[in-house]
Amino acid sequence: MESLSGRKKVLEQKPMTFMERIYLPAIFKGMGITFMHMFKKKETTYYPEQEREFSENWRGMHSLKRDENGKERCTACGLCALSCPAEAITMTSAERQKGEEHLYREEKYAAVYEINMLRCIFCGLCEEACPKEAIYLDGPIVPSEFLRKDFIYGKDKLVELSITDLEAQKGVLA
Amino acid sequence: MELAFLIEKVAVVVILFVLTLTIAAYSTLAERKVAAFLQDRVGPDRAGPFGVFQPLADGGKMFFKEETTPNGANKWLFIAGPSLALLTSFLGSAVIPWGQPINFFGRIVPLQVTDINVGILYIFGVVSLGVYGIMIGGWASNNKYSLMGAVRGASQNISYEIAMGLSIIALLLVTNSLSFKVIAEQQHGINWNFWYQPLGFLIFLVCAFAETNRVPFDLPECETELIGGYNTEYSGFKMGAYMFAEYINMFVSSAVMATLYFGGYNYPGMDFVNQHLGTTWGPLVGVAVLLGKILAFIFFFMWVRWTVPRFRYDQLMNLGWKILIPLAIANIVITACVITFFDKF
Amino acid sequence: MILFYLVSLLTITFSLLVIFTKNPIYSVLYLIATFFTFTIHYVLLNAQFLAVVNFIVYMGAIMVLFLFVLMLMNLNKETEPMKSTLIKIIAVIAGGSLLVTLIGSFKQLDALGISTINKPEIGLVENLGKVLFSDFLLPFEVSSILLLSAMVGAVLLAKKDKTDNG
Repeated sequence: MESLSGRKKVLEQKPMTFMERIYLPAIFKGMGITFMHMFKKKETTYYPEQEREFSENWRGMHSLKRDENGKERCTACGLCALSCPAEAITMTSAERQKGEEHLYREEKYAAVYEINMLRCIFCGLCEEACPKEAIYLDGPIVPSEFLRKDFIYGKDKLVELSITDLEAQKGVLA
Repeated sequence: MELAFLIEKVAVVVILFVLTLTIAAYSTLAERKVAAFLQDRVGPDRAGPFGVFQPLADGGKMFFKEETTPNGANKWLFIAGPSLALLTSFLGSAVIPWGQPINFFGRIVPLQVTDINVGILYIFGVVSLGVYGIMIGGWASNNKYSLMGAVRGASQNISYEIAMGLSIIALLLVTNSLSFKVIAEQQHGINWNFWYQPLGFLIFLVCAFAETNRVPFDLPECETELIGGYNTEYSGFKMGAYMFAEYINMFVSSAVMATLYFGGYNYPGMDFVNQHLGTTWGPLVGVAVLLGKILAFIFFFMWVRWTVPRFRYDQLMNLGWKILIPLAIANIVITACVITFFDKF
Repeated sequence: MILFYLVSLLTITFSLLVIFTKNPIYSVLYLIATFFTFTIHYVLLNAQFLAVVNFIVYMGAIMVLFLFVLMLMNLNKETEPMKSTLIKIIAVIAGGSLLVTLIGSFKQLDALGISTINKPEIGLVENLGKVLFSDFLLPFEVSSILLLSAMVGAVLLAKKDKTDNG
């Protein structure tokens, strides 16, 4: 049948020549190729010690951001939990008390904020849903654990360090 | 039987046993390392420097892993399968001469467990027994994939044994002896049988790949078609026994090939070395040379494994029956003609 | 001598087990064990070549094929074919006549007196080969022709009929 596109190619299979049929030259050629690979540069990255650069649109572990004064941005509006397709996020809101203005930016804040990393699919919808720019998936790879309960990350692991804490840490390192 | 003789034999056996186990254990590491190097990776390197303790870690894991026996499996035969595979793989190394007789504190000790004058046939017998481990284990698992693997293993081994035997017959025409000791002694220096029997060696090599169930002939455990083949249902130490048996088979067949075709413990310039090092250290150099040849063969096995893809089953049978057997017979005829010709004139 | 009696006892036990086990696979496995004890017997008789050949051919090849076929057929107790009384009677008669023949031959052996061979190395490969290719050349070649014709017959049987599938 005439092909409609006119681009049909009939594959011609020639009978193999004697050299091809004895098969051994091809094997030796292949073995030569694999042998040369022994001396090539190894592609391995020694992971825990060495880390590859992440791409710009990499989505890793979540972090809850602070504003320029070190106050937590999150107001526990729940939009992230609502947008989450895997239902990995839960939170409990609380009202800001007197004397806590330096900790939380608005009158309402998340007293408990938990992400179940086993459920999370790192889609980034929470990041898009957040009106306060409080959550970003800009962290590293979520480390492995032995127990399921250890994968439920609370605020202790999610909230980014305040500037004072960061400076204190730097002081320890320096 | 005098006591010293007994001690000497026991010592040789124990050393050989330990050596075989060590080489088999480290073959597992070498396999992964070679695979990694051929694929631009580094392979296991976490357990100890360059991963040298990896076999220990693997062994430990294998011992402590849960062993499951499938429902409806034949309990006794399920255990007998891997045991038999391991047993037959060990038997082969008994007739290999590992070196010239060594002077050990004034006592001449032959470095061979036993020299029976039908050594080559003995190796054949052991190799042909090896298939029972696979067959019994595969059948006892009560699993159709295992059974398929077992059936494939059996037919493959029987088919390639014929070509192997025929290729050996041509070698026997050259050597005039069935004893490994005599054959090794004949190949003094670099007078190796390979120069007389290159075609025979090629046939033997291909058959050795098939008999040890190595890629490209690993159809009994072909993962893409049979899950794990005959060892699908095995776990823990029984699985380890099968794996070990495969590596020991590889070691023994490498030793047989090195002894039959590549001179065993012989190397060019051995007389010079023996004169200067004496009768204790000289033979030890020969042992080291033999081990080097064996390791080279094991590397070759692995190298092929990570280069050549698996054959299809009908291709395997075609190769065995329609190519290797006629080739081997032609080899016998040619060898016989040439020998008769040279004897007459 | 103790070894001989021990091995003989094992041989008889295994051969009885071959008959009395229900599962055909077990029967084959016991048969393999029986052949193994035969091999030991040959070694005890200093017939190394026969021992190894028995080992390779019977244990290594023929029994593998037996096992192979049985595994493919997957015979169980349930699928075992019914044995009619007629077959049983025929089997008894056949077995009985074999027994009578054996006893008769033993009687003749007694009459001849046990012949002893005083060359212990007769079973070694070299001597065996020399005898086979000089004194017994004709029977040897005739048996090889027999085997060859059997092989040709097997190939013919296994070959597909070309006229059948066009």
